[in-house]
Amino acid sequence: MGNDYVPPRVPTIDEVGATERAKRFSSRSLKKSSKVAGLKLIASMVDLTTLEGADTPGKVETLCQKARQPDLQAPDVPSVGAVCVYPPMVPIAKRCLEGSGIKIAAVATYFPSGQADLDHRLVEVRETVKAGADEIDMVINRGDFLSGRYGRVFDEVEAVKEACGSARLKVILETGELKTYDNVRLASQIAIDAGADFIKTSTGKVQPAATMPVTLVMLETIRDHYLKTGKMVGMKPAGGIRTAKLALRYLAMVKEVLGDAWLSNEWFRFGASSLLNDLLMQLAKERSGNYQSSRYFTLG
Amino acid sequence: MSKETTSRINVLKTYKLYIGGAFPRTESGRYDRQTNAKGDLVANICRASRKDFRNAMVAARKAQRGWAARSAFNRSQILYRMAEMLESRSATFERALEDAAGYKKKDAAAEVATAIDRLVWYAGWCDKFTQLFGNTNPVASAHFNFTFPEAMGVVTVLAPKSAPLLGLISTFAPVIVGGNSTIVVVDNDAPTIAIELAEVLATSDLPGGVVNILTGRRDELTPHIGSHMDLDAIFAVGSDKDEERALSIAATESIKRTKFIDDRSASEWRDADAQSPYMILPFIEFKTAWHPIGGVAGGGGAY
Repeated sequence: MGNDYVPPRVPTIDEVGATERAKRFSSRSLKKSSKVAGLKLIASMVDLTTLEGADTPGKVETLCQKARQPDLQAPDVPSVGAVCVYPPMVPIAKRCLEGSGIKIAAVATYFPSGQADLDHRLVEVRETVKAGADEIDMVINRGDFLSGRYGRVFDEVEAVKEACGSARLKVILETGELKTYDNVRLASQIAIDAGADFIKTSTGKVQPAATMPVTLVMLETIRDHYLKTGKMVGMKPAGGIRTAKLALRYLAMVKEVLGDAWLSNEWFRFGASSLLNDLLMQLAKERSGNYQSSRYFTLG
Repeated sequence: MSKETTSRINVLKTYKLYIGGAFPRTESGRYDRQTNAKGDLVANICRASRKDFRNAMVAARKAQRGWAARSAFNRSQILYRMAEMLESRSATFERALEDAAGYKKKDAAAEVATAIDRLVWYAGWCDKFTQLFGNTNPVASAHFNFTFPEAMGVVTVLAPKSAPLLGLISTFAPVIVGGNSTIVVVDNDAPTIAIELAEVLATSDLPGGVVNILTGRRDELTPHIGSHMDLDAIFAVGSDKDEERALSIAATESIKRTKFIDDRSASEWRDADAQSPYMILPFIEFKTAWHPIGGVAGGGGAY
C-alpha cells in the first residue's frame, strides 16, 4: 500500500487571488439584529477548547459549565457546539455535559505532532472513543505529507476513520506547516477522500494558525467536492480567532462560499477558547449599549 | 528656463488622531473645520467617534500594564524626554499658538516655556510621589504594615478648553506619572496643537498607547466615555452642571472614579498652583501590605 496511491488532481491556487478574495469578506457590515443573530450562531459553533499541559479536572469542569451556559446573566446565549479536550479529560467532560447535547471532541493521534506509529495512534483513537468522545480531532503526519508520501497520509486518515466508529472525524492539516496553498488544497482533498467528516486548519500550537485565505482554500475544496459528489464535509478553523468581529467575517465567508446549509454547528465550528468571552462581551454591548470590559467575564 | 520656481503649492498637514502610537484618521470619516481668529481655514480636524474612543480604550488598556511596570525612574526619564522634544520644537509651538489660537507673541512664548517646565516638574515626581502618599502604619502586631500607591488603570482626560498646549500637559502629565495610560479628549479652538503635541509624544520614547489623543466634540463623546465598562477614571476639566451630573451617573455602573476641576484662563494655567502632586493623587489606588516580622522591635524580638 502507499506506493501505488495516486494523489487526487487538484486545481492550483492563485495565492494573490485567494488573499484578495478573503480580504473582501472583511468589508461586510453586520449591525444590530443581524449582528446579534450572527454572534449567537457563532457561540453555538464554538468548540470550547482547553489543550494545555497544565489542564486539570477542575479546569475542564469549569469549562464545561461555561459551555452549558456561557453567560449566566444572558440565558438566551446558546450553549456551545462542543468541548474540545485531551483524551484523559474525556470522562470528566462526559460527566459534566450529561444531557446537555454538547458534543465532546478529543484530540487523539498523538496531538499535536502526530509523530508516532500508526498503531499507537489508532489505539489512542479507539480508547478515546470508548471513553465517550463524540468527535475525534486527529492530526495528519505532516512529515509524510511534505516528503510526498501522500499514500501514507491517505491510509492513516482512512484507518483513523475506521477506528472512530460512529464518532465524527475532524482532520487537522496544520496548515501553518504546509507552507503553500497548493499543499493545503491537496491535503484537504486527500483528507476528504479518506473519509474526513470535518477538515480543520490547525492545532493552535503552530503559528500561523487559522487565517482567512487558508480557510477559504479549504472551503472551496469542500464546495468542489460537494458539487462533484453531493457529500457534505464540515469545516473547522482553529487557532487565532479571538474576536467576534473576525468570527463574523468567517461566517460571511462560509455563507458566501458554501451557503446556508453549512451555517450550523453540524457543519461549521470554530476551534477557540478566548473567542467565547469576546462574543459575550459584544452581545452584552448590544443589550446594554455600553462597551464592556473583559474584567467582568470569567476566565476560560 | 527659469532658475527657480515662481510659485508652489503649500503642502498642508493632515491632522489625524493619535491612538496606540499611530496617527489614524477617524473611522467615521467626519471632519470639523478649524479656523483662526480671522476666520481663515487652518485645517480640517478629525471629529472622533465613539468607535475611535473604543479603539483608543483598547490601545490604552494594552499599554497600561507595561507602562506601570516600568521603573519609576524610567517613567521620569521619558517625561523628561518629552520636555526635551518640546523644547526643540518650541518655535513651532509658539507660532502655532499665535497663528491658530490668536495668542500674543509674549503669551505664546510664556505658555510654551511653562509647558516644558511643567513636564520636567512632573518628571521629577515619578519616583517621589510614592514617598509622599505612601506610608508605614503603626500596627499592634508583629508586622510591618505599608500602604503604597499603585496605578488605577486607564483614565480619560476631558481637556481644558483654554491653553491648547499647557492645558493638555497640565492635565495628562499627572495622570501618567502614576503609571496610568490615558485618552485625552480635546475640544477647543485650536485642536491642531494637540496633534502637534502628539508628534512630540510619538518621538519621546513614550510607549504607544500610554497617551492617546482624540479631537472632536466633547458632548458627543461623553455619554460613551461615561458608560464604557473598561475605563477606570474620568478627569474632567470645566464641566458644566449637566455634564458633571451625566458623567457621575454613568460612571456608577462600573464604579469609575471621577474628578472634576474648573477650567482656568490661559494665563492662570501658567500659575504655580496649576501644578501639584495632589493632581496625581486622584488617579492612584492604595494597597496595604502586612509583612510578618519575628518579633516587635523593643519587645526583645529580632527580625
